[in-house]
Amino acid sequence: MATAAVQPGERETYLNHQYGIKSWLLTVDHKRIALLYLMGITFFFFIGGFFALLIRLELLTPAGDLVQADTYNKLFTMHGQVMVFFFLIPAVPAVLGNFLIPIMIGAKDLAFPRINLLSWYLYMIGGVLMLYTIINGGVDTGWTFYTPLSTEFLNTHVITAGLAIFVAGFSSILTGLNFVVTTHRMRAPGMTWSRLPLFVWAHYATSIIQLLGTPVLAITLLLVVCERLFHLGIFNPALGGDPLLFQHLFWFYSHPAVYIMILPGMGIVSEIVCCFSRKRIFGYQAMALALLGIAVVGFLVWAHHMFVAGISLYAALIFSLLSYFVAVPSAIKVFNWTATMYNGSISYQTPMLYAFGFVGLFTIGGLTGLFLASLGIDVHVTDTYFVVAHFHYIMVGGMVMAYLGGMHFWWPKISGRMYPEGWGRLAALLVFVGFNLTFFPQFILGYMGMPRRYWDYSHSPEFQILNVLSTAGATILAVGYLLPMIYFLWSMRYGKPAPANPWNAAGLEWMVPSPPPTFNFDEEPVVTWEAYNYDEIKEEVPVAQ
Amino acid sequence: MANNVDALYIFLLTVSALMTISIFTMIIFFAIRFRKRAGHQAEQIQGSHALEITWSVIPFCVFMVFFGWGALIYFKERKPPDNSAEVYTVAKQWMWKFEHMEGQREINELHVPVGRDVKMIMTSQDVIHSFYVPAFRIKQDVLPGRYTVAWFHPTKPGTYHLFCAEYCGTSHSGMVGSVVVMEPRDYEAWMGGGGNQPLAVTGERLFSELGCVTCHRSDTQGRGPNLVGLFNKPVLLEDGRTVTADENYIRESILQPAAKIVNGYKPIMPTFQGQISDEQLNALVAYVKSLGQQPTGQTGGRNMATATPKTQ
Amino acid sequence: MPNSPVATANHEAHDNPALLHHFASEQQQKDAASLGMWVFLATEIMFFGGMFCAYLVYRYWYFGDFGAGSQSLNVVLGGTNTAVLICSSLTVALAVRAAQLGKQTTVVVCLILTMLFGVVFLGIKGVEYHDKFVEHHVPGASFHFPGHIPSHPDIPINQQHAQIFFSLYFIMTGLHALHMIVGLGLFAVITYYAMRKRYGPHYCTPVEIAGLYWHFVDIIWIYLFPLLYLIDRHK
Repeated sequence: MATAAVQPGERETYLNHQYGIKSWLLTVDHKRIALLYLMGITFFFFIGGFFALLIRLELLTPAGDLVQADTYNKLFTMHGQVMVFFFLIPAVPAVLGNFLIPIMIGAKDLAFPRINLLSWYLYMIGGVLMLYTIINGGVDTGWTFYTPLSTEFLNTHVITAGLAIFVAGFSSILTGLNFVVTTHRMRAPGMTWSRLPLFVWAHYATSIIQLLGTPVLAITLLLVVCERLFHLGIFNPALGGDPLLFQHLFWFYSHPAVYIMILPGMGIVSEIVCCFSRKRIFGYQAMALALLGIAVVGFLVWAHHMFVAGISLYAALIFSLLSYFVAVPSAIKVFNWTATMYNGSISYQTPMLYAFGFVGLFTIGGLTGLFLASLGIDVHVTDTYFVVAHFHYIMVGGMVMAYLGGMHFWWPKISGRMYPEGWGRLAALLVFVGFNLTFFPQFILGYMGMPRRYWDYSHSPEFQILNVLSTAGATILAVGYLLPMIYFLWSMRYGKPAPANPWNAAGLEWMVPSPPPTFNFDEEPVVTWEAYNYDEIKEEVPVAQ
Repeated sequence: MANNVDALYIFLLTVSALMTISIFTMIIFFAIRFRKRAGHQAEQIQGSHALEITWSVIPFCVFMVFFGWGALIYFKERKPPDNSAEVYTVAKQWMWKFEHMEGQREINELHVPVGRDVKMIMTSQDVIHSFYVPAFRIKQDVLPGRYTVAWFHPTKPGTYHLFCAEYCGTSHSGMVGSVVVMEPRDYEAWMGGGGNQPLAVTGERLFSELGCVTCHRSDTQGRGPNLVGLFNKPVLLEDGRTVTADENYIRESILQPAAKIVNGYKPIMPTFQGQISDEQLNALVAYVKSLGQQPTGQTGGRNMATATPKTQ
Repeated sequence: MPNSPVATANHEAHDNPALLHHFASEQQQKDAASLGMWVFLATEIMFFGGMFCAYLVYRYWYFGDFGAGSQSLNVVLGGTNTAVLICSSLTVALAVRAAQLGKQTTVVVCLILTMLFGVVFLGIKGVEYHDKFVEHHVPGASFHFPGHIPSHPDIPINQQHAQIFFSLYFIMTGLHALHMIVGLGLFAVITYYAMRKRYGPHYCTPVEIAGLYWHFVDIIWIYLFPLLYLIDRHK
């Protein structure tokens, strides 16, 4: 075991606690595990992003002239699989959640540190399987794996892709398990449920979904794998099975999955908006209940992905109605964030810019969800670029912006360094502009009738101009995403050392040094204050250097 | 129907635009008005039950309008009018095969006359496809192993894109075609060329060749149920259930006769699964449907003033 | 814990070597482990739930063929297995109680009995699988299931529907057996530590939560047995 590497006079942090690769690969420190995840997630984000760039380049011209049809089909499939299962689902919980939740509740670590490490290894094993799939020729089922196409009619690596996601799913389940038990059992004295930061509430709600939903995906993919391996007929009509059964089982998880992706982002936004408005959140109880409400009702709407799939008229009516129910708590959150800004004292550092972006773009994405929930409209726009635009507004305009906002907000805490504020704001602007240019034209494309997953649209050249705009936006977006990679790395060496609380923010994580010591607290805190106690914190956010 | 969909869309767009502009304006206004500046302190506000309820209930009521209007449109879309002209569709990787009741077969192009309801009775030979005509605002997945149905009422002559909208493999984006809507006179001219056998007549021939006629006689002496007048009637099954004899019922009875035994009959019908193609199956279904009904799909002989007053 | 004294962090002397560093007290560690196992079992319910859902749908649609498939299973062996598992739940409950009371020998004996029952279960399952293989009831190219639907001598068994029954049979019981094997592995480790007298009234959490897991595996089988073996048997 490497000796402690702390030099005399140097403060012990989780980063210098021990050096050596073994101390990282066998760590049980939630903060180190968060960084291990950060590396994997960033890697897969750029892989998925690279696939997206190739897709957008192909769509510059109506003809399929960049790649072959099969290659294109693999590109959009793997873009979806990598982004959903290896970036969007784990990113915020496994990086920011892992790092912050114990500190935010006053604990030394999560309830099960070794299971936390196991979660990371499962993620990496799933990732390796996914890489194997990609390198060996890819898979072209669409991220949705619809049968019987995926079980009977394709010769690509469906089994390894399915297994990769199966393994990564258990990573997700164990993370959720850890967060739920931690939140219930590890809160410091005085940290009651009603004093929890909304970031913690958000992860609690997310974990419920992860726990109850992911196993259903796991068994569904396992059945698909078995069907391919043993030529079974569970989902194949030619062998007596039902393809709609697959869709129901798949969407039973995959709809709540989108809430796994967005709820943590909402938690981040609450933290940022409060800090940079110097106010407690407007309607704390409503916000916490809204998180739980979204998690629960989110389990009841899955068949709104199947309105034209062949379900009965009455089923369609019920799922459409329920889909409008789940929109209400999301709307409440947008209104509450806006109300939090009212009569605040607002600063415009990078995290707040991302938070502004989130609220605006999530509003648009959410509103377009109302279009899709309406049966008459959905028949026309489902399976077109309208849906693609809708979910990218929520996932990219919402979740990725929240993730970047959170990374900037807590970067000083994680690394002990400040990122360069000017570059941060530039990148945020580029992301916002690039994102809207990429995806807004796709709403129009969808209503015009351009179906999704189309490699070649030379029969409809009228779609080209909007596709060109979209690709132009994608290149700006790519630059916007590359910049933080570069300056975050730069800041680890050359960034200004960060104080414990560079934003004068409320919350236990800002009361420990930046970066925190291995066991977070020298003394177990006793909490006597409410969440977002900005009434007691008199200082403003320091001016950006 | 398309006009109705567009009307709802514009309504949704308007409400969404208003909502977006309000939120954006408020955020920008607050960001400027309440920016950090000397002498100004943030005011701590706990919340407001009244506001929470207001901005939950009002959006919910608006959502219910979106739901109701969309549901009404969907109701109509899911119920093809009686006396629609029927077109049997078989989708396969990667083409659309159409067969009119009069016997015309088309690949990837569908000719229909303006002003008459058209009901597509569709199945797939392999994977799930989706029949999508953006101009008509209709879409319906086409599944292997069963029929799904879509209908439309063309109002304007022209050529309209037909797309496959459910990813189905390599040439998914090549599985496109067109719906050609013609003036009635032009349509009849097009129809007249080529001596095609009406679909139901093909079915009648198959019904005899495959031996169906030996058990399914047009009296009550047969070992199988009498099929005259069967279509869309309720059927009492041996296990006590009652089902409607729609296209899927007829199709299933041919491919899996043991699945639903009619009350009072023995389960002696052999299965024809794997012995007949989807097109032959369509012909048989068309024939059984025609038994005891008025002839449908005749050119030009129908009363144009039919059912729904709503135009496409 | 509103009135607990503020404790110093990691360097506090923990009397109990089993108390992990990040917990403030043994009670907290025990509560966390217990809640963790309950939550994990909830996820397992959802995991098996997907298969139960598929089973329910196809049983409703293909009741006759499912009845035929069910009645080709050996109800004596299946019933014996059910009794074996229930006995093993008894012995594991006794092991937990013995651990709580500090009766070291009883703990070891009961754990070994539990594992023995588990092995017997797996052995009988192996015999059943072998029988299915020999009778060509394993889905695949050599599947062959002649005969008629129960109570309907004139309706032949639909081979495709019967294959779906057997697919679900093998996948559901196979996954259950896999969970049992994992359970046996867990108990092997715990028995090893029990022989070294690690467990007692001060610390018996691993025995308790392993017992909980084993009870869950038993309950899954108690559902699987009637659903798979007893379809339409009352005539």
